[in-house]
Amino acid sequence: MLDKIKLRLTESKLQISIFFVLIFLFLAFAIGNPRTFLSYNIYYAFMSIIPFAAIISIALTPIVILGEMDLSFPSVIGFCAWVFAATFTQYGNIYLALICSLATGLFAGFVNSIFIIRIGIPSLIVTIGMQYLWRGLVMIACGGIGLSLVDTQGTFLYKAFVGRIGNVVPAQALWAVVIAIVFALILNRHRFGVHLLCVGDDAVSSRMMGVNVEKVRTIAFMQMGFFAAFAGILASMEVLYFWPSTGEGYLMKSLASVFIGGTSVFGGTGTIFGTFVGSIIMGSLEAGIVSSGISGFWTKFIYGVVIVLSLTIYALMSKRTGFGKKLISFIKKIGTQKSR
Amino acid sequence: MKNDAVISPTSEVTQLLVKMENIHKSFGGVTALSGVDFEVGNNEIVGLIGDNGAGKSTLIKILTGVAKQDTGKIFWKGGELKNNNVEKTRNIGIETVYQDRALAEKQNIWRNLFLGREKVYGRTGFLRVAESKNDADKMLKEMIGFTQKGLAANLGVSGLSGGEKQGIAIARALYFDAELIILDEPTNNLSLSETNKVLNFCKEIKKQGKACIFITHSIYHVYAVADKFVILDRGKVVGTIWKKDITMDKLIENLEYIAKHGRLIKAYANA
Ligand SMILES: Nc1ncnc2c1ncn2[C@@H]1O[C@H](COP(=O)(O)OP(=O)(O)OP(=O)(O)O)[C@@H](O)[C@H]1O
Ligand SMILES: [Mg+2]
Repeated sequence: MLDKIKLRLTESKLQISIFFVLIFLFLAFAIGNPRTFLSYNIYYAFMSIIPFAAIISIALTPIVILGEMDLSFPSVIGFCAWVFAATFTQYGNIYLALICSLATGLFAGFVNSIFIIRIGIPSLIVTIGMQYLWRGLVMIACGGIGLSLVDTQGTFLYKAFVGRIGNVVPAQALWAVVIAIVFALILNRHRFGVHLLCVGDDAVSSRMMGVNVEKVRTIAFMQMGFFAAFAGILASMEVLYFWPSTGEGYLMKSLASVFIGGTSVFGGTGTIFGTFVGSIIMGSLEAGIVSSGISGFWTKFIYGVVIVLSLTIYALMSKRTGFGKKLISFIKKIGTQKSR
Repeated sequence: MKNDAVISPTSEVTQLLVKMENIHKSFGGVTALSGVDFEVGNNEIVGLIGDNGAGKSTLIKILTGVAKQDTGKIFWKGGELKNNNVEKTRNIGIETVYQDRALAEKQNIWRNLFLGREKVYGRTGFLRVAESKNDADKMLKEMIGFTQKGLAANLGVSGLSGGEKQGIAIARALYFDAELIILDEPTNNLSLSETNKVLNFCKEIKKQGKACIFITHSIYHVYAVADKFVILDRGKVVGTIWKKDITMDKLIENLEYIAKHGRLIKAYANA
């Protein structure tokens, strides 16, 4: 029994430590500015803003678990948001707009997977190109001009996506939580999750054991496109406006959320819980810093410190780095020497 | 004129389980197999031997559908296997322990044991986790006898010893009821007692009326269990010899001769 608990703890040590980072940060915020951080308003604001990045980071996690990368999603968000806004403006049918936008997202993911799997360009590289391509299409399509989405406000979809449940909880926060739970279930309790982890770990072995590696990769990239579109729609509806720059600014934060959540860039490991907590950290840091009275000029620096620090902790914890082991035993040695 | 010499052609009239005909395979400029014919009879243990790079692993990967032949045909119980893939060959009853083990090392043991054929609830695809773990624990205890090591299905593979990893790959192949079991260098990394276990598995396979392809560099191991030896050299079959026609010493002598001259010693080459 004790062994089982121990095993569980070692299995989830990354998740536990990232969770403590979050608790620590919020404690620090609360001490820095109790008036703000002990009131509901700041959490309401977080729940309005963070879900968009959280959804994107969650969708990005399977791709990183596969040992792949997608840098095109900010532009896919932008293009799909344009498809949504333009279709809605043109036809006045919000469901048609929704379907067109989500389909475009799936298509963008499919295009990525074609270049990666069939043509054989590494995902990191081809998605750099795709990032320019889709953003370029947005610019060509909208001519640099935004579109108003004020007319969506009365619709059922508006309430369902970005309405305020009982005037206290933004609907998008619920969406993010539900999506996180579904993704976690699939990753840990579904055949597809096993395949994701194993392909990311060792694609050749997985193929020998009968896993359809190409299919797994294709699905991962297509769902990324799908949720990029979804997040783009939500973010645009939240501000009731389509900006040609929609999606910009998500790239680094989403990647950082995934990595400080403990998902390894080498593939084969990762958790949705970690990503979810990571995106809360990335999304609340700026507000926390500013409202704690620290000059806004410090934000980027503190972001950097938090990211590098958490990555260092993971690297040291992972057994794979012999250097980390040495460092830990070195630190222990120093500790025991001092205490003598 | 075929380039393989068959000594004492099958006297027993057996229906062939596997027949591979004129298999060619190259990787870019490297020719791995050039016109290989290969047969496995019912309830036969075939020792597939030959130098490093002779094409042994490539041949069995083509049989299991991991690799695709450039040309050539494969027959299973007389029917042609077309568009071979891993799922298909497993379904008809071929299980394989690959030389490189085919384990996803960062994952735990039970995920590896059922990789590619997870135990799930119906068509939903959701895992039967408890059942998988239980069965995996049973496999570890009963099939490999790693009880003393206290291996649990929950453990990650990466921390295991080479022999333990090999044991898991073997257990995985033996668990699923197969008609043909392919073992590519199964005794690599194994201790003496574990090697004996594997050799006993082979004898058990024979007793149960199943067939086996046993690939190894250890003539001692293969001589102990095989019914016939197929010798590959640089992508070609240079000889098929029945165990009853040759002593172990002569077999080794032949292998040394092949390494030098690329063919069997004359006395054995007369079909
Ligand atoms: N995926 C591949 N890509 C390129 N060349 C390959 C590949 N697989 C095998 N080869 C080449 O084909 C030839 C046969 O390889 P194979 O692995 O079948 O040999 P083997 O008989 O199993 O050798 P060993 O006893 O060392 O395992 C070798 O020259 C090898 O380099
Ligand atoms: Mg080999």
